Amino acid sequence: MLNNQMPLDLMFQALADPTRRAIVDRLSRGPASVSDLAKPLPMSLPAVVQHLQVLEQSGLVKTQKVGRVRTCTIDSGALSVAETWINERRLTWEHRFDRLGAFLDAEDAQGGTEG
Amino acid sequence: MSAPNRNVTHAMFAIQRTFPQSPARVFRAFADPKAKAKWFHGPAEEWSQETSEMDFRIGGRERSVGQLHSDAIPHVFNAIYQDIVADQRIVFSYDMEIGAQRISVSLTTIELSPEGEGTRMLFTEQGAYLDGYDDAGARERGTRGLLDQLARSLMD
Repeated sequence: MLNNQMPLDLMFQALADPTRRAIVDRLSRGPASVSDLAKPLPMSLPAVVQHLQVLEQSGLVKTQKVGRVRTCTIDSGALSVAETWINERRLTWEHRFDRLGAFLDAEDAQGGTEG
Repeated sequence: MSAPNRNVTHAMFAIQRTFPQSPARVFRAFADPKAKAKWFHGPAEEWSQETSEMDFRIGGRERSVGQLHSDAIPHVFNAIYQDIVADQRIVFSYDMEIGAQRISVSLTTIELSPEGEGTRMLFTEQGAYLDGYDDAGARERGTRGLLDQLARSLMD
């Protein structure tokens, strides 16, 4: 079953952008309106709304309109315990491969092992 | 400890990397125990490696035990090499234990192919993730820390 693949990919994509990471970081401190979120960002309101849509599709952020104000909250339940765990496993391997790359580069720097 | 909530999640993930070194060099980093010990461990400053044993041949076993300084709970990696094609492919099955909990049983395939002077590596893990994760501290660490880690890994 590949059921973990898609939401994880969407989340990775959503977080690959610095503006969206800034929005997630802001929301991790508490809910905010769209205009509050837009204020510190050097871009137009429609651009911010577009970023929010990507975050919403990834499941990381929920928005709710009350009257004329749309409030955004981080959806801490988006990552199920299993997804959290599997993602940790993925990161464990990512970090190992970072070290593998550094190890191979260090061998090169020492004059290397021919292969 | 409360009674464990028995459940299994089946999942697969893949990681692709390129290295400027040749497939033979990358393969050696997996095949030579001395080379592998240099990179196959937990985060350097926070990790003590206790056991590293490997018998790199089809049917051979590998065992790696280490722990984080912060929780001093042993992380045990037990693998069996299922297929080895020099410079091209390594398939191994492995289980993971954290403390007394068996947390997963996985099948991992590492494929190496030449790309220019270097190597493209495709790592694929298919696993049965067991109820152990419920007590493995994953929940406590929470979404915030995970998002930070994700973001950092993406900025590399």
